[in-house]
Amino acid sequence: MKLAVCISHVPDTATKITIGADGKSIDTTGVNYIIGPYDEYAIEAALRLKEKMTGEVVVISLGGDAHKESLRKALAMGADKAVLLKDASPRDSFSVARAVADYLKEFSPDITFFGKQAVDYDNSAVGLMVAEMLGLPSAAVVVKFEVKDGSLLAEREIEGGHEVVEVKLPAVLTMQKGEYEPRYPSLKGIMAAKSKPIEERQPSASSPKVEILSMLKPPPKPAGKIVGTDASAVPELVRLLHEEAKVI
Amino acid sequence: MKILVFAEQRDNKFKKPAFEAVRAARTIADEWGGNVVALVLGSNVSSIAPELGGYGATKVLTVEDARLGLYSSTAYAKIVAEVARNQQPDAVFIPATAMGKDLAPRVAVKLDAGLVADCTALKLEEGELRATRPVYAGKALIEVRALAPVNIYTLRPNVFTAGASSGTTAPVEGVNVTLDEADFLSVVKEVKQSSAKLDVAEADIVVTGGRGLKGPENFAMIEGLAAALGGAVGASRAVVDAGWRPHDEQVGQTGKTVSPSLYIAVAVSGAIQHLAGMSSSKYIVAINKDKDAPIFQVASYGIVGDAFEVVPALTAEVQKLLGKGSS
Ligand SMILES: Cc1cc2nc3c(=O)[nH]c(=O)nc-3n(C[C@H](O)[C@H](O)[C@H](O)COP(=O)(O)OP(=O)(O)OC[C@H]3O[C@@H](n4cnc5c(N)ncnc54)[C@H](O)[C@@H]3O)c2cc1C
Ligand SMILES: Nc1ncnc2c1ncn2[C@@H]1O[C@H](COP(=O)(O)O)[C@@H](O)[C@H]1O
Repeated sequence: MKLAVCISHVPDTATKITIGADGKSIDTTGVNYIIGPYDEYAIEAALRLKEKMTGEVVVISLGGDAHKESLRKALAMGADKAVLLKDASPRDSFSVARAVADYLKEFSPDITFFGKQAVDYDNSAVGLMVAEMLGLPSAAVVVKFEVKDGSLLAEREIEGGHEVVEVKLPAVLTMQKGEYEPRYPSLKGIMAAKSKPIEERQPSASSPKVEILSMLKPPPKPAGKIVGTDASAVPELVRLLHEEAKVI
Repeated sequence: MKILVFAEQRDNKFKKPAFEAVRAARTIADEWGGNVVALVLGSNVSSIAPELGGYGATKVLTVEDARLGLYSSTAYAKIVAEVARNQQPDAVFIPATAMGKDLAPRVAVKLDAGLVADCTALKLEEGELRATRPVYAGKALIEVRALAPVNIYTLRPNVFTAGASSGTTAPVEGVNVTLDEADFLSVVKEVKQSSAKLDVAEADIVVTGGRGLKGPENFAMIEGLAAALGGAVGASRAVVDAGWRPHDEQVGQTGKTVSPSLYIAVAVSGAIQHLAGMSSSKYIVAINKDKDAPIFQVASYGIVGDAFEVVPALTAEVQKLLGKGSS
């Protein structure tokens, strides 16, 4: 099977966000970048499928040279090949999707994996846009799946439960936390990754459809009230919730 | 000007975010001068469609087909895009629910539209729609404008208020869209509802338990408080990773984003990834024995104390106020 995994290279989830000088993006000074946590589930899912059915796993990331760090980590986890669609300029989801879709057309994988969302702009869009651009079916926010002759059965998270979706292959999956707890790269994997190729490509260009006008910090929460230090504070808490906040 | 709203239903019942999206569209349309056209897809939806008039829909379009009873991303996207092409709206509003988030990117590609995902505020400025949306898990907000002739906005549930229905009914018009086998490349085979359990992402009150509860058995206490309040049970990642609670209850960066009216965090430290999923709740109550726990920084009210004492007392007090077990 030909498997592709598209990964983002994003600030660590513990990053404290400060607004940059342009007022439209974050100040990246001292920020530690990682593979998006959902994209790690995607890598793990692809690797397990390859181990079960044989095949090839190619990881793809669009961005500047810094993305090679995440691609290298994916190779160390066990991916066979990496592709950097090299373009450091900011793009909206549509133009990321366009470039990724154009590359995938050529590679035509049986399954392309994405994370359910990139944890920078939290759009949850690229994977499904790529599916639509390629005319492929998809299952999004998948926690587990099973491949069987020419199709797959995926379980995806919805409000209050799960939906079991059947999709014909080739297909696109976007992954949520579930069955695929990502492995740590082994020492052997890290060594092997050093000799695996990272191919650089010039991605196709497209104009953005969304413009960021400004970025700001959310308004600070008014200081809270410590109502008490034991169960004797409970009647007062309930009174506040009932009379002041009016939420119960 | 015209706004087309995808009004999500499941089991022939509208989801609350559908009402919220219609009402949000109405508010914008009133200011702009214009119409709100709602679109409902399903197997048998013409009987519920008129209800949307009560939230401000000028007209409701329905597309009915037995195969649309359960969601299919490919078929639904085709229909929404085709109706949008015919209706020529200036904007399309879609609830940012599991279904809406699945649908919107596909429709955006079909219409060559801009997509503004997960909006928490919308306003008119300089004659165009401006949206505010959280980024970096709510640690920052961006204000954006979409640049295409038609643009799609998904609206975060529980943020825009639906209000009560005015009781007005809207005229309903059935629309024919030809669907063939090839439009159903993905089909939902089964919906596994967690035994009518209220979902954290949909609930108006959420009671979340953290690792400080020491073991899964002590979640009975959390369930008891949630039941007394008519709310849902949430969990921190530490608790889910330990296998005490299912992942669909996890709140936070790798779980669900919630913005209920009341969020009660019990024995949760308030790690940045947890705050990412719940800090936009309207009121937050923290119960934690460590006065320095970061959760107190976002809490509206806090009790620095032992959950094992405070929670049973709180449940009893709530029951006294609201009547036993009801809400
Ligand atoms: C990539 C990534 C994604 C993540 N995503 C999420 C996510 O989606 N959701 C999430 O929740 N976390 C997430 N985390 C994990 C997060 O960093 C924390 O580890 C987690 O939230 C801690 O859970 P907790 O508050 O239950 O446990 P702890 O941090 O162990 O806190 C337990 C708290 O209970 C209090 N306590 C103990 N006993 C009592 C008592 N008797 N009465 C009252 N209080 C008591 C303690 O004072 C303490 O504050 C993520 C981490 C990473 C790296
Ligand atoms: N620059 C990128 N390069 C490759 N894949 C990406 C990139 N950005 C996002 N993705 C993929 O698309 C998913 C959804 O991203 P988003 O729509 O930005 O939330 C991510 O989880 C990744 O799998």
